[in-house]
Amino acid sequence: MQAFKNLDAVAAPIARPNVDTDQIVPARYLRKPRNAGFGNFLFHDLRLDKDGRERDFILNKPSYRDAKIIVAERNFGCGSSREAAVYALWDYGIRAVVAPSFGDIFFGNSLVNGLLLVVLPAAAVTALIGALEAKPGARMGVDLAAQTVTGADGKTYRFEIDAYRKRCMLEGLDELAFTLSQRDAIKAFEARHATEMPWV
Amino acid sequence: MPQSQSAGPRTLFEKIWQSHAVVEREDGQTLLYVDRHLVHDGSRRAFEILAERGLKMARPDCTFAVPDHYVPTTSGRSVGAIADDEARAMVTSLTRNAAEHGFTLFDLGDVRQGIVHVMGPEQGVSQPGMIIVCGDSHTSTHGAVGALAWGIGSSEVAHVLATQTLWQRKPRTLRVTIDGTLGPGIAAKDVILAIIARIGAAGGVGHAIEYAGSAIRALPVEGRLTICNMSIEAGARAGLIAPDDATCQYLAGRPYAPKGAQWDQALAYWRSLPSDPAARFDREVSLDAADIAPMVTWGNSPEDAAPISARVPDPAAYDNVERRDAVRRALDYMGLTPGTPLADIAVDRVFIGSCTNSRLDDLRAAATVANGRKVAAGVHAMVVPGSELIREAAEAEGLDRIFRAAGFEWRAAGCSMCVGVNGDLVAAGQRCASTSNRNFVGRQGPGARTHLVSPAMAAAAAVTGRFTDVRRLLAN
Repeated sequence: MQAFKNLDAVAAPIARPNVDTDQIVPARYLRKPRNAGFGNFLFHDLRLDKDGRERDFILNKPSYRDAKIIVAERNFGCGSSREAAVYALWDYGIRAVVAPSFGDIFFGNSLVNGLLLVVLPAAAVTALIGALEAKPGARMGVDLAAQTVTGADGKTYRFEIDAYRKRCMLEGLDELAFTLSQRDAIKAFEARHATEMPWV
Repeated sequence: MPQSQSAGPRTLFEKIWQSHAVVEREDGQTLLYVDRHLVHDGSRRAFEILAERGLKMARPDCTFAVPDHYVPTTSGRSVGAIADDEARAMVTSLTRNAAEHGFTLFDLGDVRQGIVHVMGPEQGVSQPGMIIVCGDSHTSTHGAVGALAWGIGSSEVAHVLATQTLWQRKPRTLRVTIDGTLGPGIAAKDVILAIIARIGAAGGVGHAIEYAGSAIRALPVEGRLTICNMSIEAGARAGLIAPDDATCQYLAGRPYAPKGAQWDQALAYWRSLPSDPAARFDREVSLDAADIAPMVTWGNSPEDAAPISARVPDPAAYDNVERRDAVRRALDYMGLTPGTPLADIAVDRVFIGSCTNSRLDDLRAAATVANGRKVAAGVHAMVVPGSELIREAAEAEGLDRIFRAAGFEWRAAGCSMCVGVNGDLVAAGQRCASTSNRNFVGRQGPGARTHLVSPAMAAAAAVTGRFTDVRRLLAN
């Protein structure tokens, strides 16, 4: 996993709640191999019509084509557990998403792939979206070490992040390698568990 | 039996969590041991990650697999007959991985094949007090037997394959209590849609939900599976129901349930699992069972659910700008006019199936409505049992004949039109009454318009051609 680098990048406001992972990447692309370029499938049916023509969608607008940040309303990434939703955002170039809440499974999937999810109160997100809509193509800042997001109007918001998550993101830590180092503890647990619940 | 690791009253969730904690770190993360790992034909990426890292599976003996997402549901089906090369490769990769790693697979052609969340309880693989995970968000289903079960992504699946564990931050607890008696014709599906309409699609984010109350206890395990299944639609990764006599009776004699002395030992443990009377939950919500009517969704989030007597909402009636815009977008996509009675909305398709509503009780409820009636002109309706065993059982009691006589298609088991990756799709602009779990934009196919309902309500829509209060048909 890549370590998170601070961002000063174009941010696209997606001013809607409940952006589900079916919208982020439609199910028919889940059969594609990981190296298929999932960026092309990002918001596929919102970006393109059935003939492949571009729809009126924010990421199609010239000022947002280089967006690396998305700001959205509550429950972004809800629904299906498909990790391809994170692959699609990542391959497209998105490195951070700011919202008042996220789908729990999407939240876990983002962490292991280096995509930073920033949770801010709904009022702060509304203000960030307002500032972006006032200046299409404006940039925002994300500083993970300082735990701050700077809006298009220069206003800074502090966000909370779990210490573990922050460290993983900053150092690009590999969770699986760490767990494998805990093999003895797992073996000991297994032995105890098998005695306590032999039917399992 | 596991030792109690903390004094004081505990919830069902806390008991399971504590008995599976391998390592607890100061940063709040807990390494949890996984008792059952369920795998399906969408799990290929996780095995690739395992191979890329040169790792072996930790516990193939605790891993159970079944192809469900990409399998055809047509009669006489076979893997070779899957026309799409990439879809076929998803199914064959599961067969190959099972052979290579040695886990249990109920492959296409095996009577135990079906939707992974139907197979687990049906085979007795899913049991009270277990931690169960699967690379599918509807893994919450298994909480209905008193397990702690949740969906994970491919990287987490690979982590479980390699270590049989997962790192988790402890979620908060939410108890949803439904007391009272459900009215005639009211199904578990109506209950969970009413709950989601109340707390919202993000209402359970960061929580494990325990469903409690007399109306929940009165439900058979099948109905509890429907409730827990849609916990994720309320934003909660996991939903649980305390194991009771109904749970134990349901599991007794199932192929992978404990046997003999171990059954007695397991039973004693299961009886200790329900939340202690004085246990505290972080949040509490309650609904009165008597208030719940047959529900229909009108929008593109499961929270957009209303009683059949309601009308399509008017976006202008919402003060909240976010909500107003979301409703306007949903009505535009769904092709609905504000103020239209839900009972006036005509349907093109009816789908009875999915991990939410494809069990024998669901099929019986739909068949009761379909019996002696005909699918309305211009409506295409199909029934997809949740497993081949359910299909056989339904056929043994003649449900297939009732459905066929009414004009429904009777299919073989799989996820089918809930997610459409096997080619069972709703065409753009068509409106589908569906017993599945997601009415998202494009979920059943690009441009498809999905309305979530119970099996009885789906059958009522099929035979009348529009959403109809099923209680009217049952009264006749």
